Amino acid sequence: MRLQAAGVTLGYGDRIVVDGLDLGIEAGTVTTIIGPNGCGKSTLLRALGRLLKPRGGEVLLDGKRIDGMPTREVAKVLGVLPQAPTAPEGLTVADLVARGRHPHQTWYRQWSSDDEGAVALALEMTGLADLAERPLDELSGGQRQRAWISMALAQGTDLLLLDEPTTFLDLAHQVEVLELVRNLHQEAGRTIVMVLHDLNLAARYADRLVAMRGGRVVAAGSPHEVLTEELMREVFELDAKVIADPVAGTPMVVPIRPLSRP
Amino acid sequence: MSATAVAPRLHGIRRRRGLVLAALLAAVCVAVVLSVTIGAKAVPLADAWTALTAPTGTENDIVIRSLRVPRTALGVLAGLALGVAGALMQGHTRNPLADPGLLGVTQGAAFAMVASIILLGTQSLLAYIWFGLAGALVASVAVFALGMVGGRGGPTPVTLALAGTAVSAFLYALTSALVLLDEQAMDVFRFWQAGSVAGRGPDVVWQVLPFIVVGLVLALVNAPGLNALSLGEDVARSLGQNIALTRGVGVTAVTLLTGAAVASCGSLAFVGLVVPHLARPLSGTDHRWLLPYSGLIGAALLLVADVIGRVVAPPGELEVGVVLALIGAPFFVALVRRRKPVRL
Repeated sequence: MRLQAAGVTLGYGDRIVVDGLDLGIEAGTVTTIIGPNGCGKSTLLRALGRLLKPRGGEVLLDGKRIDGMPTREVAKVLGVLPQAPTAPEGLTVADLVARGRHPHQTWYRQWSSDDEGAVALALEMTGLADLAERPLDELSGGQRQRAWISMALAQGTDLLLLDEPTTFLDLAHQVEVLELVRNLHQEAGRTIVMVLHDLNLAARYADRLVAMRGGRVVAAGSPHEVLTEELMREVFELDAKVIADPVAGTPMVVPIRPLSRP
Repeated sequence: MSATAVAPRLHGIRRRRGLVLAALLAAVCVAVVLSVTIGAKAVPLADAWTALTAPTGTENDIVIRSLRVPRTALGVLAGLALGVAGALMQGHTRNPLADPGLLGVTQGAAFAMVASIILLGTQSLLAYIWFGLAGALVASVAVFALGMVGGRGGPTPVTLALAGTAVSAFLYALTSALVLLDEQAMDVFRFWQAGSVAGRGPDVVWQVLPFIVVGLVLALVNAPGLNALSLGEDVARSLGQNIALTRGVGVTAVTLLTGAAVASCGSLAFVGLVVPHLARPLSGTDHRWLLPYSGLIGAALLLVADVIGRVVAPPGELEVGVVLALIGAPFFVALVRRRKPVRL
């Protein structure tokens, strides 16, 4: 087990969002967390990436409490890309990606050939080498998202947590980003956990789906096991038909009508 | 384009940044020469050199050694300090309109100086400056503590800015009330508020030097963390940066730099607001370059403004703070109009 939430309770202020949740992430898998708005999936991802400290329970990275590890050491193993990150104006793609090397740098050694190589490789893998000197704010939404993923890649971690990496992207760009994620998984053997809203894409690109509702895990398993008509009613309160995706053969959800509002 | 072809281009970017740094250093050197030689009494460069290396007690020697050199040194220090502090402040608050006085440092210094004159009868310049420094530190600590109240996990840029504004307004009110009671305090305050590097001896330079050196070192140590923070707190944390520590170091550096500069030279915080906007087009968003560029531009700007102030209104002089505001304000307007405002 690479990453594990053991009875974690999470919340903001007085509000508890997730109460006593258990979840394990196997090495070398792509896990996608799905669920309705406000179900706690982003909160859970933030806790797995030690961006949010649990009220109770603990998050274990390779069997050790993540809170007890130096944050810089964690950053060499685990990368987190939050939802809709913002960069200062005028930051170039190369500069953004170079900042992914932060955990590997010390105040006396700011840049090494390792850094150089990792940045060049990350730019290459995301197809951004030709855009390296362009400011981020001149890029399209899809290119910008790839640049952020490229930064997370330059960090050189084999565990990658992505919070809604396809938000605000059109369908073609969503597929482009998810193909990139699949390549990272298949070619570089990275372990990936992401939150996605599009169920059909989630089913197509994940080894394992985790469905959440009200801060609890309702179902976890392969897309075929999880994405059923019954689950759609229970988790999303949606009357839907689940058929086989004619291209990938994975389950595909065709919505009919919401249960609560006939 | 292959991975190997990207690397040389990344190299090229870094070499260009080194060249700009060298050019800015040269500009500061030129400004230093101007500041040492130009004034009410113009001293030829050769005589100035003699005065520094082999003084014989001539009038020129005395002017150079006891007036021009300390004044120039203080100008360099204050310019460096305010330029770097301004860039740090704008980086930490992600606000391009932040100035280094935002933490209440300027008003803290003013209040402590005025209060020391009225309550303790302080007379000497050195003593004023000690009180000014202490006031700056206390005000900044108060702002930091207030900014922490109610917030989860340390002060945020917004709570800091709000607390800083409140504390500044409060201290300004107290200072204004105090100077109405005492003529001597009013006189000191008037000149302090204009901002000047004139009439301070070498002892003042030595007095503020350690604070500025420590502040500059902390600022440079802070630069990589600030780069991470500028991508947002979540990204910074995921890159392994300790947010509270980075903010604490940054605030300490701003306090030391601004406190030393305003206690010794008066209210010159405008330098800190403008200079980062001049440095950013040269450095980009990387604070490891932005901070040194801002410091050097601040030093050059302050010296040149001081030299202009010495020659525009003979036989008198115009305070450097006045010159900076007079030439700086229209220049800032032009800058804002030419370039679109920068989001940080």
